[in-house]
Amino acid sequence: MRRIIAIVLLTIVVLGIALSLTEVPFGTPKTHVGDYYVKEGVKETGAVNIVTSVVLNYRGFDTLGEVTVLFIATIGLGALLTTHKERKKKRDVMPASLILSTGCRFLFPLLLIFGIYIIIHGHLSPGGGFQGGAIIASAFLLTYLGCQGVRISERRSKLTESLGGLVFVIVGVLGLIFGGYFLLNFLPKGTPFSLLSAGIIPIIYVAIGFKVGSELVSVIDNLMEGST
Amino acid sequence: MIYYIGAFGLVFIGLYIILTKRNLIKVIIGLNILDTGVNLFLISVGYVREGTAPIFSRGSGQVLMVDPVPQALVLTSIVIGVAVLALALSLAIMLHKHYGTLNLQKVKEQKW
Amino acid sequence: MILVYILVFIMLISAIAAYVFKDLVNAVIATGLMSLTTSILFYLLQAPDVAMAEAAVGAALVPAIFIIAIRRTGRYEE
Repeated sequence: MRRIIAIVLLTIVVLGIALSLTEVPFGTPKTHVGDYYVKEGVKETGAVNIVTSVVLNYRGFDTLGEVTVLFIATIGLGALLTTHKERKKKRDVMPASLILSTGCRFLFPLLLIFGIYIIIHGHLSPGGGFQGGAIIASAFLLTYLGCQGVRISERRSKLTESLGGLVFVIVGVLGLIFGGYFLLNFLPKGTPFSLLSAGIIPIIYVAIGFKVGSELVSVIDNLMEGST
Repeated sequence: MIYYIGAFGLVFIGLYIILTKRNLIKVIIGLNILDTGVNLFLISVGYVREGTAPIFSRGSGQVLMVDPVPQALVLTSIVIGVAVLALALSLAIMLHKHYGTLNLQKVKEQKW
Repeated sequence: MILVYILVFIMLISAIAAYVFKDLVNAVIATGLMSLTTSILFYLLQAPDVAMAEAAVGAALVPAIFIIAIRRTGRYEE
């Protein structure tokens, strides 16, 4: 009975949305704002990657809000799942096989280098802070699976996360002091296609990369049982 | 056009899982599917025929590019989806520790 | 063009499989497969940034935290 009502309601909802979508044809340019960002993006910000310049220069305040949401979720998870006592009973966990432990030891520095490369070249090629942060968190997840008994110390990851957020806000306030408004791009723009260009965008991306990476590692560490 | 059908199919399946299933972790899986469907729909709205990715390369003039604004918004939305998922899973673990079961029918019957 | 049809079909089939499976670990693996095909569709829609983010998050980190949470609660759906 519940299923039939659910199917009927959902069919009405999806049909209503589909009927109202005949005004949105597939594959035609729809907005004028997108044209303006593509034409004036490289001159005004210096970044070759237009999506990066939209995320950090034209819409920088939304990125600050999203970093805050991730921060609140991590703090909420840490507050719910913290335990103050050691692990009571030791579950007999099978140690990892030889292939897995050797592969983890071999792959961990390569993954770290790849993640840092993607974070730094955020304004020149596809990539950026979030993607690189997720890759660094995957590298640390690999050490949880391969080498048994290794835990990341909670104090250091909290320190990295707080420093990353603080750098973001300080760069924004510096823009307020030097220019007129928050998150103004006050450093020189440089020449396009070179590594040191686009003003404050690489600095903010490095801060966001470290922050997101350490937050995801602390989420995984809190979900596992036991304490540091 | 097939992209629209795929995105709405995912929204339909996600909403159906949330409405019908009883296990709390299945409901959270349905939330994840719903989130992915909405992101796919947002990016397929910004597509322009014969357009390329919005990144300049050396030695190319002005070419026709797809809309960069929905891509920036979906980047934010993916990260927020991960944050919501992590918090929901921690609430599920706390619920299991308190009631002993994750079946929503049985949790509703045990009042206090 | 035929590639897009095949990928959308695989995506919808794995989402339906996540509904049908009773073992929760199987449902999580089906969700990971759906995220991976969605990431390929993002690349075909000329959005490489979003494809990279969806692949890194939806195929590696979300199944990992799901499986850690399933280990602390029940494994089978009653």
